[in-house]
Amino acid sequence: MMTPEQNFMRKIEAEEKIEPKDWMPETYRQNLIRQISQHAHSEVIGMQPEGNWITRAPSLRRKAVLLSKVQDEGGHGLYLYSSCETLGVKRADLIAAMQSGEAKYASIFNYPTQTWADIGAIGWLVDGAAIVNQVSLQRTSYGPYSRAMIRICKEESFHQRQGYELMIALAHGSPEQKAMAQDALNRFYWPALMMFGPHDAESAHSAKSMTWKIKRETNDDLRQKFIDQTVPQIEFLGLAHPDKDLKWNAERGHYDSGEIDWQEFYNVINGNGHCNRQRIEHHVRAHEEGAWVRDAMTAYNAKQQAKTTEQRQAA
Amino acid sequence: MSDFDLKAATQEYATRLGDDSVVLGHRISEWTSNGPFLEEDIALSNVALDYIGRARMYYTYAAELAGNGKTEDDLAYTRDMREFRNLLIHELPRGDFAYTMVRQLLVDVFNTHYLPELAKSSDSTLAGIAQKAIKETRYHLRRSHEWALRLGDGTEESHQRMQRALESLWGYTHELFDADPLELQLAEAGVGVHNAALRPAWLAQVSAILTEATLTVPKDDWAVRGGRVGYHTENLGHLLNDMQFLHRAYPGCQW
Repeated sequence: MMTPEQNFMRKIEAEEKIEPKDWMPETYRQNLIRQISQHAHSEVIGMQPEGNWITRAPSLRRKAVLLSKVQDEGGHGLYLYSSCETLGVKRADLIAAMQSGEAKYASIFNYPTQTWADIGAIGWLVDGAAIVNQVSLQRTSYGPYSRAMIRICKEESFHQRQGYELMIALAHGSPEQKAMAQDALNRFYWPALMMFGPHDAESAHSAKSMTWKIKRETNDDLRQKFIDQTVPQIEFLGLAHPDKDLKWNAERGHYDSGEIDWQEFYNVINGNGHCNRQRIEHHVRAHEEGAWVRDAMTAYNAKQQAKTTEQRQAA
Repeated sequence: MSDFDLKAATQEYATRLGDDSVVLGHRISEWTSNGPFLEEDIALSNVALDYIGRARMYYTYAAELAGNGKTEDDLAYTRDMREFRNLLIHELPRGDFAYTMVRQLLVDVFNTHYLPELAKSSDSTLAGIAQKAIKETRYHLRRSHEWALRLGDGTEESHQRMQRALESLWGYTHELFDADPLELQLAEAGVGVHNAALRPAWLAQVSAILTEATLTVPKDDWAVRGGRVGYHTENLGHLLNDMQFLHRAYPGCQW
């Protein structure tokens, strides 16, 4: 007879999904809540830097594409909050934890979108890096998270192609447009690499998450994939690679690259990037401005319910 | 009516309808990441997207009729405030959520009466655009109707906000039913719509919804007009500053 814990590990090893009603170690549950909610918050906070250009998109087609993309990100946030709620937490509490700074979101969204090319760079590099990570998470051990990832990956690939296509238009456009594309690449390349997290040796949650197959590949392996796939994309655009130390290593079959500025990484993670405060304040403001709307909804629903009960009693 | 150039008039009409759509779509898009909760943020972005889609269809048709190589983007991005012909109600600021939803209700009810008429147009392109837009508008109205009920009959605060929004928007609704000689001639020619004829049905439906929502139908004691002759509120200039800045800063570029 297996203990619940042994049965849990048997499922993990047999690549069976863990479902909401299954027994799971409390730390597995907490680890998942942390990761999934962080992912959900990232989708929602990510709406801000991209939303920053909706009203200024330079053509109607680009405006529609961007609106629709930001709307998709909101949708991803919703699926992820729902899959997180299967672990017995409430969305309102998750949001409160994000607003208080207790829960994190992807640091990449603490960089400002300064020019239109940043919208292309985010689609191409940021969504590109997210996909590398998410493709691997499609095989994550928790069923609802895995299914959310499969759905999200399809849309993200579409966004990434749109972002790259935007970059092509700029890189093959006027000299000013090309300069705008290069500048966005220079600013977003390193933060995109940072999205994979610290080196494996420094990563706080990695080891346990790998054993439980919440994470399927290490930070450094995923980052390497992204570095390798991005080189020919930069070449095709005819832009200069921001990493001056980048070199093909025939022995490893991968590119060697320059070191990430880890001081910047920790500075932004610790809340001191360009937009950390702004992003949270924006979220809190919208949430507070919407309080009367949510209250009215609750009041209206209560009145309707009371009416129904009254009618039932009268009948 | 011998001097009436049907093609030129249709081109002007399509441009006006494009202006209405792009300006309102832009306003609603300002809600993205600012909604009262995530589901509503997504829904508002979706409505904005419908309007931007309409603007593209109307403008593309206007550009095609002009036949001078101009595109939808030339119409949206290179005309100045005085050349825009949208009705004023579309350009008013997004305001609070009550203001946005009251405007939507007034415009959505109008569109549910207007679009089926335009769908009968002898101009098959305009009729086709209207046909597609009707479906979207039914969904928009379902939303704005539900919100009118929830907010009108929600809390004391939400009720007051709704009534206030209604009072400050009502005077801009009269223009929806105006028609200048061009629109009258187009309606006579079977291309356009007799807007004035839509008001009784509009008023009846709006009044019924407002009453159901415990709100008071405002008095018809003021009206502001001017959109169709390019006499705008101050808001439109700022909207265009945002919308057109990048396109104008790098003229002649492909994006």
